[in-house]
Amino acid sequence: MRRPGLGTALAVVAFLTFFLGPFLWQALTSLWPDGELTRPWPSHLTGASYQSVLFGRPFLWAVLNSLVVATLTTVFCLTVGASAAFALAKLEFRGRGLLLSAALGVSMFPPIATVSPLYLILSAVGLRDSLVGLALPYTTFALPLTLWVLTSFFRQLPDELYRAARVDGCTPMGAFRRVLLPLAAPGLATTAILVFIFAWNEFLYALTFLSTPQKRTVPVAISLFASEYKEPWGEIAAASVVATLPLVVLTVLFQRRIVSGLTAGAVKE
Amino acid sequence: MRGAGSQARERRQAYLLVAPAVLVLVVVALYPVLAAVWLSLHRFILVFGERRFTGLENYVYLMGDARFWSALGNTAYFTAVAVAVELLLAVPLALLLNRAFPGRGLLRASVLVPWAIPTVVSARLWAWMFNPDYGLINRLLGGADINWLGAPGYALHAAILVDVWKTTPFVALLVLAGLQGIPEDLYKAARVDGASEWRQFRSITLPLLKPALLLALLFRSLDAFRVFDAIYVLTEGGPANTTETLSIYAYKTLMRSGDFGYGSTLAVATFLGVVLLAVVWLRWLGREEGRR
Repeated sequence: MRRPGLGTALAVVAFLTFFLGPFLWQALTSLWPDGELTRPWPSHLTGASYQSVLFGRPFLWAVLNSLVVATLTTVFCLTVGASAAFALAKLEFRGRGLLLSAALGVSMFPPIATVSPLYLILSAVGLRDSLVGLALPYTTFALPLTLWVLTSFFRQLPDELYRAARVDGCTPMGAFRRVLLPLAAPGLATTAILVFIFAWNEFLYALTFLSTPQKRTVPVAISLFASEYKEPWGEIAAASVVATLPLVVLTVLFQRRIVSGLTAGAVKE
Repeated sequence: MRGAGSQARERRQAYLLVAPAVLVLVVVALYPVLAAVWLSLHRFILVFGERRFTGLENYVYLMGDARFWSALGNTAYFTAVAVAVELLLAVPLALLLNRAFPGRGLLRASVLVPWAIPTVVSARLWAWMFNPDYGLINRLLGGADINWLGAPGYALHAAILVDVWKTTPFVALLVLAGLQGIPEDLYKAARVDGASEWRQFRSITLPLLKPALLLALLFRSLDAFRVFDAIYVLTEGGPANTTETLSIYAYKTLMRSGDFGYGSTLAVATFLGVVLLAVVWLRWLGREEGRR
């Protein structure tokens, strides 16, 4: 490897500014005194915006709702996806390739194409305007990702493990549950993070299917933040930081996992 | 050697294991898409409870609907420009991330920050920076007086910038994965032959990167074509519908006008656009793979 030159350093600074700058500006805005937003620079920093977002508005409910929906979606996806991914990776059956391509196809659907029938179905079964009802379409859209990432994880586990378990008298399901599933724990964790982030960020379905203000998720709550006479920029910024910080921490901590998961789902095969 | 009975049993268990996943995909994805096509053949106004079969009437109306054509144009323009800029930025970023330099870990972690931020939040964040009176962007431009989100012509490009900011990291990661698959020996041999760095890039990196680039093009353009969140939060399709994309027009028709028939028609049109793009890119990708 050559020594990094001035060009490299400049490129690093430029990219860092471009990707981190807006986020840092948002964080600064959230601490900016409300009356001073017209000034080029704040005279002092304050936590007032956080106080009014967290205690003056029902924003904490939105955080709780998002936690519930994202957790439900993650649990659904892993329950339904892990067994299917194991079968896709280790067992021979007809329709294997078809299922993987179908899953990929579904992940490319524009969500708007399913909005009108889903609205009617969820209304008919009484699940519209409910967090469980929201987690169902989320599961469908996150399932392809789950299948691709987990299938590639199960493929990496040696076939001998599965065969040895079978020789020892395990059924395919027993081998899956007792031997392969515990070994796939890192893959399950990666998938869980990706699905959680997806569900936490989703907007269109949440906007469409939830009608009670108390049931709003974080993205919907932030999109509807408004006051009578002016945009409450300080509060929006504070809410944004609250909604984003957990994800940013998660992403930075599990950066390697996330990258390998994303590229496993997208690039391999 | 396993017997035929054991194999049949294994196959049965395999079907059992995939059954829940198949069921979810069929009930919550395949069926709704087909149902949307069926709804698009109806006059169906939710609030009046009116619903009757009208055949292709909605599609005939669609062909003459100027607002549909302008939404299609906006969507196509947004997709083409955003994806082109993202690819152009992602390649140097990926080359940079592939090098060893102090601070690489920090850069790798920080490029993922925009990706992890909810699109709605990033749209709000940029709306604040685009604020005409005290937004950061006009300030950086030396006190310019541009109403970024309120002026036709500017607003769509502002939305493109937001999309570029958010998704360039993802494209760069795909390109990086492609870069890491190129054997180092090729570069060694080229250096022995005295090839310049630019020549190495053009003759080794770029051709071998082509499949990864095409894959990124596929994923990103399908994603950009169905854009909703960012633009809806930035402008709701305004000013004067200049940022209205197909998804936004369909959403407004469905949820604001309660017109489930024509709204479904617009949704199906969006779906067909995505399918068309996928077919074109996959054929191109298939030809590239076949050539190697």
